[in-house]
Amino acid sequence: MTSQEIISKLPYQYPFLFVDEITSVDENAVSGSYRYEASLPFYAGHFKNNPITPGVILTETMAQIGLVALGIYIASTKQIALAEVKIALTSSAMDFFKPVYPGEKVTVNSQKEYFRFNKLKCKVEMFNEQEELVCRGTIAGMMNI
Amino acid sequence: MSDTAQMMKDLKEIVKPYIQNQEAFENLKEDTDFINDLKINSANLVDVVLDIEDKFDIEIDNDSMDKMLNVKAALDIINSKIAAR
Repeated sequence: MTSQEIISKLPYQYPFLFVDEITSVDENAVSGSYRYEASLPFYAGHFKNNPITPGVILTETMAQIGLVALGIYIASTKQIALAEVKIALTSSAMDFFKPVYPGEKVTVNSQKEYFRFNKLKCKVEMFNEQEELVCRGTIAGMMNI
Repeated sequence: MSDTAQMMKDLKEIVKPYIQNQEAFENLKEDTDFINDLKINSANLVDVVLDIEDKFDIEIDNDSMDKMLNVKAALDIINSKIAAR
C-alpha cells in the first residue's frame, strides 16, 4: 500500500486529519509526518494570544499515524475489506518533552507491541524538525475486523 | 491449597490492574463476570487474556477468547488448554 492509499482510507478530514505522509510501513512499524499549519482553528483558543499545539492534538496525531494508519495497513495484508475498518482509541499514556508551535513539522515513529483479538497496541514517539523528542508513549485501540 | 484455589488466586492477581469495581473484585467468585461485575473494558480484557497466556504458558484462540466472560469460564479454558498442552 502506498502512502496515498493509506491516507485515503483514514476516516478523518480537515480540520482533524493530522497525517501528511506515511514514509514507511510494514506489519510491525510505521513512520509518518505532519505539519501543523498556523491556520488550524484550535490555535485561536490554545492559548489566548499564545498559540501552542495542544497535547491532545499531538496525541491524536500519534494515534492517526502510529495506530490507525498501521491498523489499515495490517488489515490490508489480511485481505480485510478496508471500507469496513473502524478503530476506537482505548488507552493512551503519554509523556511530553517539547512544545510544538504553529508551522512546525513533526515525525511520528510507531512500533507494534502486539495485535491480538483485534486490539492493536503500539509504542509511539514524535520528533520535531530539530530531531528532538517531542513526546513518547503507548497507545492502544480496538479494530472491528 | 487446591489447584483450583491456586489458579483462582493467580487469576485474581492478573485481573487486579484492570478492574474498576473494587467490591466485586474483593468478593471474586466463580460467577463473577469480567465486564459486567469487574467493569473491565474489552480492550483491557485482551490484556487479561495475554497475561493468562504468559502465566500459564498456554495459547488462547479466538473462540476461547469469545467464551472467556467470567471467572468459571476462564478457569475451564485454562484447564483445558493446560490438559491439551
